[in-house]
Amino acid sequence: MDTMAAIKQTFFQECEEQLVELESGLLAIEDGTSEPDTINAVFRAVHSIKGGAGAFGLDQLVRFAHAFETALDLMRSGRLSPSRAILKTMLMAADALADLVRVTRENLPADEAEVGRIVQQLELLVEGGDGAAAALAPVAEAPAAEDVPDFQPIQISLADLVGSAPEGARRFKISFEPKPGFYARANEPLTLLRELGRMGQCRVVCDTSHIPALSDLDPEGSYLVFHIELETEATESAVRDVFEFVEFDSQIDIEAIEPEPAFDDDAFARLMSLAAGAPQEMPALIEPVVRIAEPPPAIERVEADSQSRKAEAGKAEAAKVAGGAGATIRVDLDRVERLIDLVGELVINQAMLSQRVAEARLSRSSALAMGLDDLEQLSREIQDSVMAIRAQPVKPIFQRMSRVVREAADMTGKTVTLHCEGESTEVDKTVIERLTDPLTHMIRNAIDHGIEKPEVRLAAGKPESGHIKLSATHRSGRVVIEVSDDGGGINRERVLSAAIAKGLVEPEAQLSDEEIDNLIFLPGFSTAATVTDMSGRGVGMDVVKRSIQALGGRISIVSHPGRGSSFLMSLPLTLAVLDGMIVSVANETLIVPLTAIVETLKPRPQDVFDMGGDTRVIRIRDTFTPLIDIGQVLGYRTEAADPANCVVVLIDLEGHARRALLVDTIQGQRQVVIKSLEANYRRVDGIAAATILGDGRVALILDADAVVANAHSQAAALPEMLEPAE
Amino acid sequence: MSQSSDSSTIRELIAFRIDGREFCVDIMQVRDIRGWTPATPLPHSPHYVRGVINLRGAVLPVVDLAARLGFKPSEPTVRHVIMVTQVEQQIVGLLVDAVSDILTVTEADIQPTPDLASELAKTFLRGVLAMDGRMISMIALDHVLPAREALAA
Repeated sequence: MDTMAAIKQTFFQECEEQLVELESGLLAIEDGTSEPDTINAVFRAVHSIKGGAGAFGLDQLVRFAHAFETALDLMRSGRLSPSRAILKTMLMAADALADLVRVTRENLPADEAEVGRIVQQLELLVEGGDGAAAALAPVAEAPAAEDVPDFQPIQISLADLVGSAPEGARRFKISFEPKPGFYARANEPLTLLRELGRMGQCRVVCDTSHIPALSDLDPEGSYLVFHIELETEATESAVRDVFEFVEFDSQIDIEAIEPEPAFDDDAFARLMSLAAGAPQEMPALIEPVVRIAEPPPAIERVEADSQSRKAEAGKAEAAKVAGGAGATIRVDLDRVERLIDLVGELVINQAMLSQRVAEARLSRSSALAMGLDDLEQLSREIQDSVMAIRAQPVKPIFQRMSRVVREAADMTGKTVTLHCEGESTEVDKTVIERLTDPLTHMIRNAIDHGIEKPEVRLAAGKPESGHIKLSATHRSGRVVIEVSDDGGGINRERVLSAAIAKGLVEPEAQLSDEEIDNLIFLPGFSTAATVTDMSGRGVGMDVVKRSIQALGGRISIVSHPGRGSSFLMSLPLTLAVLDGMIVSVANETLIVPLTAIVETLKPRPQDVFDMGGDTRVIRIRDTFTPLIDIGQVLGYRTEAADPANCVVVLIDLEGHARRALLVDTIQGQRQVVIKSLEANYRRVDGIAAATILGDGRVALILDADAVVANAHSQAAALPEMLEPAE
Repeated sequence: MSQSSDSSTIRELIAFRIDGREFCVDIMQVRDIRGWTPATPLPHSPHYVRGVINLRGAVLPVVDLAARLGFKPSEPTVRHVIMVTQVEQQIVGLLVDAVSDILTVTEADIQPTPDLASELAKTFLRGVLAMDGRMISMIALDHVLPAREALAA
């Protein structure tokens, strides 16, 4: 059972890959950037899902995939031209398929109505082939009736069929010649023949004439040809379906012949013994030969591989895919994490060693020092490579966004196109996973609030269809993701009045454009006049900002009225390391995460004001900001430090509050490896994690928000940055 | 559990000194013995937690066993050692004056902690051993670190 569950798990993992392939293929066709082979890839994706689902008896998935595949097949054979309307249906079907895979995976009930509706639309495309498709594409040929694999689940009652040739029975002459790949993929002719046997009366003759002499026999070759005569009520397409998963690996000819009454009842029994390798008409040698030809089922992209045999045009591409499949492995994430941990230790050790050597005052040209230099370079390279294992391209998440765009556009009645750039940019897996929600939110926001209605756009002299750009780039060790739209930009007047109405800003406040734009990140801010399904519940952008910050990232907005807005997110490439500022406080070394820091400055004594008790504020450019002595909050010292001998680190907290932290000195800035304190100890208030510095000592990483919350001062009640200066 | 094991079971213990007294722990719980290195103090931690040190890339909390047992807190020198012990899933460093001996005893040699002992002693002591006229107290490590859920003491 467990093995089954594991295989099923793999199937669903592969489904995800296939779905990505499917969607990107369809989008490429829509954009007109498709290769000749793209449609084949799309077809293969659906076909593989169907095949896997069939193996697990996931009937609903099979049915849906089949209907989808049928429509795709028409498109593949050029009988359905990829017009915009048809592609829209296809994309909808792709979304529905993704949903269906998801609910099947989680054992949830599927949305029958929705599935049925889409199946109907697909069937309309297929059946109305000449009508619907021809109307859309006059050049497209009307499909020949028997070529349209119409899918109706066929209930075959064995009792009705066996031993009788009822009226309306058809006869087929089938020639079935498996190729070596057929056996290589662990297929078994017997199961197919049995399947045929279940459909009606069937007579099988095995042609063994191609079997060479033993000395010439290729153990992995295929020499048997089966000639089958089948009498059944089933349609030709139903018969064809029996061979559907092996069609690339074998030569199959199915020919309908006029009914002929003669039937040999022993045929099936003979077929069984024959196909099982009983020494009746075949040399006994064959059985072991066939067995040898069946290697253990390997994880391979079956369709991709078989395609290379068949499709001339897609040969190179398919080979590439097949090669790619061979070059990847699935690894347990825990193992990768362990490796990353170990390499982290290696780097720290190497840094310590270097420091010791430096302390020993050895000449830089000594063999030891030079060896150490090499070691340093090597360990950095190892670290980079190991981090790269966790790195994944942002493509899947970008792809998911195209669906968000489609749905949001449909819901708002706007037309929007999504343009993605830098999809191959790689980021840590966890970062990618935790980016989905914020991105979804931002895109919905952009469509709901940013992009105007088509008529407004036309009036403003813009193209009717709105445009959203999603791009990812690597920039100085971080990944920058940009979401921009060409909509109306932020309506600053409305934002400001909404913020004033909600009491987030004082009515007489004088804010710069940039400050107004940033108001949308305040908790509880929402400008939507009506609460829509998608956005406008007022939990929008502040949640986005918080999730980005939780990832160690920052978000900013640039907006041009009438021309659109763009959100810039800068994220760390990995969560295992962090950019920090190393500071000293009361002889202790602390790391302040760089993402929180706005600026650092040397305070002038006359700018620091005592507010009574332990509270102090500092005036920075005519704004009063609460001043917090980290040394005191963390209990490193009891007496408040003299600001004259200190440095102020200005930080941004969640919810846009700003605080000034007092530290003794700033030692520098550096990337540190994050180590958990909780593993061997427990959470420490005010400390986010620990790290190990080059000297081998542990330094603590400050949790700025917690430190401020701990400060227990009335400072929290003091005016925040956005409020007017006195 | 070791408590319920046969009285003839052979056990190996590591004996160490704190403030002139002798203690021991089961050798199976000791993973490493290291020289003292200065620890990074942790804010809001109990007085007996010296801080954290780097143990081959992991962050290891160090408990001053003298302070934990209610004696005068240690003033560590280079001669002090940190015994790296494993308590359930956690690794904890114990700061002690010196490691003195490895003892091989049977379960029967371990006597119950005398009734007179203080509450503190009862919490941390699993029993006592009589060895060549010395008394060696066996430490139960379970309660050495502050409870995880508890807030800073």
